[in-house]
Amino acid sequence: MSFAIKKQGEVCVVDVEGQLIVGNRQELKQKVLDEIERGERKFLIDFSQTGYIDSSGLGVLVSLSKKIREAAGELRLANLNDDLKTLFELTKLDTLFQIADTREDGLNSF
Amino acid sequence: MTDLTDGAALDVILGDTRFPLDVRFPSDLRYIERVVGAVSRNCAALSFSDRVCNLQIPVALSEALSNAILYGNGEDVSKRVRLRAKVDDRSLVLEVADEGKGFDLEACTSDPTSPENLEREDGRGLFLMRRLMDRVERFTDNGNVVRLTLLRT
Repeated sequence: MSFAIKKQGEVCVVDVEGQLIVGNRQELKQKVLDEIERGERKFLIDFSQTGYIDSSGLGVLVSLSKKIREAAGELRLANLNDDLKTLFELTKLDTLFQIADTREDGLNSF
Repeated sequence: MTDLTDGAALDVILGDTRFPLDVRFPSDLRYIERVVGAVSRNCAALSFSDRVCNLQIPVALSEALSNAILYGNGEDVSKRVRLRAKVDDRSLVLEVADEGKGFDLEACTSDPTSPENLEREDGRGLFLMRRLMDRVERFTDNGNVVRLTLLRT
């Protein structure tokens, strides 16, 4: 499991590699909060390398969406596989987040 | 039953373990990913569907284990979590036991998908277990036990 953050243009892209679960959710949250603190406002979280997400991971994504919105920023999610899409649909979080099919689509949506 | 005290031992035990599985391990969140991975691999070897192996089992079991570690045992590493997993022609049964007093499963009925709850950070664990498994039960048997049942179709 790891979280890699890099800039693509004005967008801060976060790759979630492995699982996003109760044991590592705080690491992702802190990394994004640090970027907000540094002045970043546009975030894309890419799940192409992600296995599964538990309720704590979903909770952190909800928390980050609020933090980014409070900072007048924008958040996109991208590259959810069918299982992750199902998870977002079950929890209706697909209605809360702006979800792009691909990283490119997500980057172009800002 | 195998009682483990460190992560290295857990990896050895889980590396080639087949169902039925019966392990006890310390209340440490870092164990969850390895335990869940072992159960998912077993299910894949038994030709459960990708959806079961990649979504239903990992998420539901992760929720049960994290509840046991965080709430049942209060993250006290001296307390153990026990996982039993067995499968037959009809179903897969996962039982997660902790040393806590348990909780009222029926009292936990809040809907995290309702508009007023959608932006809450918590409250999705039990909901997901119920949606991803065919049956979720809680009972007391030398500790608090949550039983997850997935029927084989």
